[in-house]
Amino acid sequence: MDLYLPIANLSVNALVIVALGLGVGLLSGMFGVGGGFLTTPLLIFYGIPPTVAAASAASQVTGASVSGVFAHFRRGGVDVHMGLVLVAGGVVGSVVGAGVFRLLQASGVIDTVIAILYVLMLGSIGGLMLHESITAVRVGRGALAPRARKRRHHPLVAMLPLRWRFYRSGLYISPLAPLLLGFLTGILTVLLGVGGGFILVPAMLYLLGMGTQVVVGTSLFQILFVTAAATMVHATTTKAVDIVLAVLLLIGSVAGAQLGARFAQKAKPEYLRLALALIVLAVALRMLLGLAWRPDEIYSVELL
Amino acid sequence: MKRPAAALLMLAAPLLMGQAKPVLVPDVSERNIEIAYSFTGAELLLFGAILYPRGQAPDPEDGPADIVIVVRGPTQAVLVREKEKLAGIWLNAESTRYRSAPSFYAVASSRPIRRIVDERTRAIYELGVDSLQLSPASGAVPEVQARFDRGLVDLRTRSGLFYEDSNAVEITGGVLYRARIDIPARVPVGRFTAETFLIQKGRVLAAAVRPIEIRKSGLEQFVATSAERYSVPYGLVAVALSVLFGWGAGALWRRF
Repeated sequence: MDLYLPIANLSVNALVIVALGLGVGLLSGMFGVGGGFLTTPLLIFYGIPPTVAAASAASQVTGASVSGVFAHFRRGGVDVHMGLVLVAGGVVGSVVGAGVFRLLQASGVIDTVIAILYVLMLGSIGGLMLHESITAVRVGRGALAPRARKRRHHPLVAMLPLRWRFYRSGLYISPLAPLLLGFLTGILTVLLGVGGGFILVPAMLYLLGMGTQVVVGTSLFQILFVTAAATMVHATTTKAVDIVLAVLLLIGSVAGAQLGARFAQKAKPEYLRLALALIVLAVALRMLLGLAWRPDEIYSVELL
Repeated sequence: MKRPAAALLMLAAPLLMGQAKPVLVPDVSERNIEIAYSFTGAELLLFGAILYPRGQAPDPEDGPADIVIVVRGPTQAVLVREKEKLAGIWLNAESTRYRSAPSFYAVASSRPIRRIVDERTRAIYELGVDSLQLSPASGAVPEVQARFDRGLVDLRTRSGLFYEDSNAVEITGGVLYRARIDIPARVPVGRFTAETFLIQKGRVLAAAVRPIEIRKSGLEQFVATSAERYSVPYGLVAVALSVLFGWGAGALWRRF
């Protein structure tokens, strides 16, 4: 079923795009990641121009997170208070990100910078999560004695002034920490076309020390608003949001997100984290190889 | 053939035949190509007649008369970047600007182009992918420039945007010709031209040009112009759609 994309200026097989959305949606509902870190590279691999891919993936992530947020809201898995602080940082970050994007684009190294950022972040976070989840799985099986309860949040976070109480998360910390976290993910959203969930979820768990039950819902809450802001930023600056492409992705991903959210309620969280860690590491590895291997195309054409 | 074109041909025939040089009367199957939702590319049929003076075809012993058809897309200013391995990583290093590189370029001929005309004529009329004038804007060393030219041509050739087909033109009875040219879905919109050349003994005897307009229609046109002109409402609609989809799916799901 061929369909012409008016902004990307090419025709695609609509079913392939819907299937791609479905797969990514499944992950997003399950893990609370937006899935943009998979959508963008896959779309580029399919032949969609990188800017259009990043811009349209952002709106797909919005859709996928809406259904996820609703699903988590119903079971009380969203800390709205914490979420709003993150969103405030995120919106500022996405505007700053647009500036950085333009600078890098002009110098021609944007693709390389994006790939290096992916490798560094996905690699380190994936590794961290893998280590933690394996420990958790072994504890769960009784193969390992549970260690003494760790400090709830990182010492650097504890040092920040001005403390607020976040009831749902069970935290009493400075709002500056989530604000900064939101800001950084906002930059990443515009730069990489990702929701930033793969940074947020581990950061919430290991840096802020939030309760596991609200991590996924709250990160989806933040992703929802920040990707909406990023879509607006792209629509007005790069003009690369392809609404037809976005709708195709949405059809698949909203259905996938529902399935994923149900599955997440049944599965054990430590196994979910283990699976996410493996996916994240696989993407990082693929990106690393892409940097080092001779690329298929030595030359690239950019319209002026 | 289209009726007005045929009528025109009949009216003009006595006038045209009175001239000393042959004249080409070309036409195209579609003068306007509309890109709609199901557009996967188009196949153009280019056809026409060769009118010789006094209705006399040249002596076949002078060598065969050949037809070469060149279809060009609108030109674009482009920046070509070259990747290089630095410290184990492939990244964009050198780059070259081109002021007006064709976005689409197809050559159809009745025989291989190299056997029809010499290199000089090929360069003058830009017949053939390697005779294209790419108009580089940066003053690079010729060897470097040639490397970038090859890179650009190779990239566009493999995506079906540049090509040569040396057997695509069919000449019937020495006076009627036709050729098919494929336009891929990735072409930009704008004004295309189809140039037809009549060549004999390495000399261009006649040439004629026909424009072809490619544009988006219907929803595609609407989406493209809204994104360009009304970017804020367009962005808001995109966000609203994604929220609606997400919410709708959630609401539907709970019902079942």
